[in-house]
Amino acid sequence: MHDLALAFITAVQLLLSFDPALVEIVLLSLRVSLTAVGLAALIGLPIGAAVALFRFPGRGALIVLLNALMGLPPVVVGLVVYLFLSRSGPLGVFGLLFTPTAMVIAQSILVTPIIAALTRQVVEDLWAEYSEQLRSLGAGPMRAVPALLHDARFTLVTAVLAGFGRASAEVGAVMIVGGNIDHVTRMMTTAIALEVSKGDLALALGLGIVLIVLSLSVNAATYIVKQRAERRWA
Amino acid sequence: MGVSIAMNAPDALAAPASGDGLLPVRADGLVFEAHGKRLIDDVSVVLQPGPRTVVLGPNGAGKSLLLRLLHGLIKPTVGSVTWALGNADDVRNRQAMVFQKPVLLRRSSAANVEYGLRLRGMPHAERVERVAEVLHRTGLRRFSDQPARLLSGGEQQKLALARAWALKPDLLFLDEPTASLDPAAIAAVEDIVQAMHADGTRIVMVTHDVGQARRLADEVMFMHKGRLLEKTPAATFFQAPESGEAAAFLRGELRW
Repeated sequence: MHDLALAFITAVQLLLSFDPALVEIVLLSLRVSLTAVGLAALIGLPIGAAVALFRFPGRGALIVLLNALMGLPPVVVGLVVYLFLSRSGPLGVFGLLFTPTAMVIAQSILVTPIIAALTRQVVEDLWAEYSEQLRSLGAGPMRAVPALLHDARFTLVTAVLAGFGRASAEVGAVMIVGGNIDHVTRMMTTAIALEVSKGDLALALGLGIVLIVLSLSVNAATYIVKQRAERRWA
Repeated sequence: MGVSIAMNAPDALAAPASGDGLLPVRADGLVFEAHGKRLIDDVSVVLQPGPRTVVLGPNGAGKSLLLRLLHGLIKPTVGSVTWALGNADDVRNRQAMVFQKPVLLRRSSAANVEYGLRLRGMPHAERVERVAEVLHRTGLRRFSDQPARLLSGGEQQKLALARAWALKPDLLFLDEPTASLDPAAIAAVEDIVQAMHADGTRIVMVTHDVGQARRLADEVMFMHKGRLLEKTPAATFFQAPESGEAAAFLRGELRW
């Protein structure tokens, strides 16, 4: 119990002090995870919609694969990205290993299947309702994609938030491809892991609380915007 | 066992029209089966330009399915639908359908009407003008910036009609468009259908409301158990229907 109380005090102190080192870590965490989720949405939303609307051989297998990839182990993704980006790897020439870009790549790979799989389900349900009307108006599956994504936007926000949750909470992938380098690739989660291994549990827990508050804030802000828009558009 | 009915001027079909009209459309031996059940049973029919056709029949007769087969939303198990126009895109673009439950997009009323026009590649200025025109004629202008999904049921169906009207279709299919509306909204929908017909749109409407059929029909197609039993001028149909089933249906006695 003592540790927990100490952790809360540390967390409050951390937040109130606006410690520049902490601010740096928080901003990098947000930047990396939000960029990764943005990229994953750009890729995952159209893929999910396409799988929902088109019938092709192997579609069932692809759906199973997408759903399974939602549970990709971050350390494995980190390791594979590491192998690709390391000096001797196929993408080694770009010198991306141990940079924020490498962390964005790894997190995008983790988040894309989540957004694609959830989008597939949402759009497929909506297409069941819209299909006849849209086809009657002259929109085949291809031309229906933008309208369906637009009309499913409130539900899809939840899919994107699930992706953000995954990105902001994982440590395995960013640790491997980022290396937890101070002032360069140190994120909230990697900092927590580091403090735990150093034995400073209070600081680790304090950072953890800050991370949870951050995640809550992002979700709360999204919820408010979504509620307003939903009330406006039914 | 199905009854083939080619009415009006069957001779005109020997040589399908080579003009630019969408009609006549000819359905040949349509059969539609699902889950081992024959839901449409050998229906052949020709629709010429002109009259308002009402498709009557009890629930489960296959009226809505026949509309979907003609409109091209579903493919027949056997049989074919042949239009006077050769180009499939033109055939699709020159007809429209209004459903029992209107499916409106989550955007403004005006944007809903505009959506169909955009799919047809109409330039922006022309779209804006057309949208304003149909919203005015359907009495929905004051809702044009409002979210379509927040309109009442009757207004939503009027908006669905406005969206179809904006396309200025040669042929409009309506699938029980007033099934869940109150009398005032029913009258409004019927007025729009009449106005579209006066504008030159061929009307084919499914209903099981005999009163509505009397008000709107120039001719009646009566369906029962997946078969088209008759296609008769309205006056004849309501006085002396050809089939026993239609007579029983009109007396409210049809059991199936």
